[in-house]
Amino acid sequence: MKFSIQVNEGPYQHQATDSAYQFTKAALENGHEIYRVFFYHDGVNNGTKLTTPPQDDRNVVNRWSELAKEHDLDMVVCVAAAQRRGIVDEGEMQRNGKDAENIAEGFRISGLGQLIEAGVQSDRLVVFGD
Amino acid sequence: MSEDIKRFMYINRRAPHGTIYAWESLEVVLIGAAFDQDVSLAFFDDGVYQLLKSQDTSGIETKNFSPTYSALGDYDVTKLYVEQESLEERGLTLDDLMDLKWEDEDDDWAEKDSIRLVSRAELKEVLEQQDIVFSF
Repeated sequence: MKFSIQVNEGPYQHQATDSAYQFTKAALENGHEIYRVFFYHDGVNNGTKLTTPPQDDRNVVNRWSELAKEHDLDMVVCVAAAQRRGIVDEGEMQRNGKDAENIAEGFRISGLGQLIEAGVQSDRLVVFGD
Repeated sequence: MSEDIKRFMYINRRAPHGTIYAWESLEVVLIGAAFDQDVSLAFFDDGVYQLLKSQDTSGIETKNFSPTYSALGDYDVTKLYVEQESLEERGLTLDDLMDLKWEDEDDDWAEKDSIRLVSRAELKEVLEQQDIVFSF
């Protein structure tokens, strides 16, 4: 089955992102396709490489990056939500006159249309959050 | 209905302010409207507060985005299901909500109500008919 995943909550504050990661990983291991993972609301905070959790805790951001690398996952951070919350890639840095970028490996910033398209293209859209 | 049109439902269960979910949900609806899908919105629990008329956010210094709901008709978003029980539980009636209209081009541009008052049981039926359910 072709799934898309929506992550609506930030890392560490809420378990939604852990559940989304575990679901995505399990789906891939069971031969399903993940069309896209879309990060919205505070979920965009999953995409900052500046995250530095204690060493005895899971690294939510790196875990996504590694999964993306392994499975060629398309991980999209919503641009409107990202701008509000300071998640910035090279293009956004230049466009908005910022002096830094912080997007983690494997993530890309794009529009909400990517979420709608994921819904259209996938057999199931699974939303993680409250 | 063409095969590549899906039924999209946006569920709104939270108050308009306090968290950003309601506003960012509306942003998805507006973007999604460009995709020519079959779109419905549902408002229940505290989500019914999103449609209150005469909202004034000046005291909390946040953006009052409630006028945007009036524009949904122009985006062909014309089905806003409001749950009767949620209104009653909060001491509200339809008269407390914005008078949202859309113009039906297939009916000589007649103005029609966008808000559809439904019971909890009816809303369950509506939700069961959807292909994609976003929950905010």
